[in-house]
Amino acid sequence: MYMANAAELIPADATPGDMVPQPYTITAQRKDTYDTFTLDMVVGDGKPVMAFAPGQFNMLYAFGVGEVPISISGDPTTNDRLVQTVREVGSVTSALRRLRKGDTVGVRGPFGTAWPVKEAEGSDLVILAGGIGIAPLRPVIYSALKRRRKFGRFVIMYGSRTPHDLLYYRELQQWKARYDIEVEITVDRAIGPWRGNVGVVTTLVPRVKFDPLSAIVMVCGPEIMMRFGIMELRRANVPEDNIYISMERNMKCGCGLCGHCQCGPLFVCKDGPVFRYLQMKRLLNIREI
Amino acid sequence: MQDLGPYLKEHKFLQGMTDEHIELIVGCASNVKFDPGEYVCREGQEADRFYFIRQGRLALQLMTHDRGAMTIQTVNPGDVLGWSWLIPPYVWHFDCKAVELTRAIALDGTCIRDKCEKDHHLGYEVMKRFAHVMVERLLATRLQLLDVYGKRS
Repeated sequence: MYMANAAELIPADATPGDMVPQPYTITAQRKDTYDTFTLDMVVGDGKPVMAFAPGQFNMLYAFGVGEVPISISGDPTTNDRLVQTVREVGSVTSALRRLRKGDTVGVRGPFGTAWPVKEAEGSDLVILAGGIGIAPLRPVIYSALKRRRKFGRFVIMYGSRTPHDLLYYRELQQWKARYDIEVEITVDRAIGPWRGNVGVVTTLVPRVKFDPLSAIVMVCGPEIMMRFGIMELRRANVPEDNIYISMERNMKCGCGLCGHCQCGPLFVCKDGPVFRYLQMKRLLNIREI
Repeated sequence: MQDLGPYLKEHKFLQGMTDEHIELIVGCASNVKFDPGEYVCREGQEADRFYFIRQGRLALQLMTHDRGAMTIQTVNPGDVLGWSWLIPPYVWHFDCKAVELTRAIALDGTCIRDKCEKDHHLGYEVMKRFAHVMVERLLATRLQLLDVYGKRS
């Protein structure tokens, strides 16, 4: 398939910003699972990559094919490369998967709200992630591990469909081996020689140790998983006010202009993707939205 | 012989139960241990026990002719294993195998059923708690069936 290049599609006098993509060069592409891959990118002219906050996303442009919103999954405390984990689900993400080292991607962003990592200092930090939902939470993990002493207990609960679908498995094992972080992993279906937990991720909630009244809980995954996960967190006495979720909607402009991602009175791209659960509680139960 | 009363009193499954009822349950309890690979029960066998898991991990499995033993759920410390002892015909519906060294408290199902028949208050307390476990498992199973991580989700 023909793919246009940056020079053809970005006017020479355009300044990269919210509406104009900046060309980034791919330095590595890693296959995480059979349908998910991670791109490492640097700015074409050698400048430091964009600063971002955990939870924010970029619009990635496969030139001549289209744009998709992708969460930033790298370390926010370093600026040597931009890391984005992509799941191949359509034509644009397929085009991104075909890109190789040295190819160019257009990047607009970063957009959206961030996880409340700073606000969680002094409290227990709990992460509940399902599937590719771990990707936008990985920057939180990097940030928290860099300042581990600032937090109380640190718990990660992560679930996926099968062992083959687990993202960042090697890193998860490294984190699990640390004495100062509790990592629980489960899969919905066990295949192969898997000896770990089998069952949905929500069943991990009653098993882990944290102070429910003060913990800050960050939840990301399919919407139905988040709903059931929040039910479990509420049963464990976590106040609604301490729960944060990351929403996914069909985003186009990334900056609240086009309205594609409207969710009730909110734009997921601009007012989110990270929301306090209380902001979204009522909207999550409206079928039309 | 070790008194299992203090452990059972602390167990979340029995929280809120009177000391008198817990004493009745302790009379049906014993300590058990399963080595890795050892079967706790087999599909079709008489279900005459249930277990409070203290340590280790168990795998609930279904044997399929084409894919072998498939683990459908794991049971971990703090969990309760088994309700088949409560509902006729009192047979296990799954295989259950220890994934790692597992210690548990076994409760004699016939003993508990007899005591529940004699003391319906105890029976109600036990049924309430098992109904809760069953609802939790049903919800988890429904979520599992939805395959929420699929591409269409």
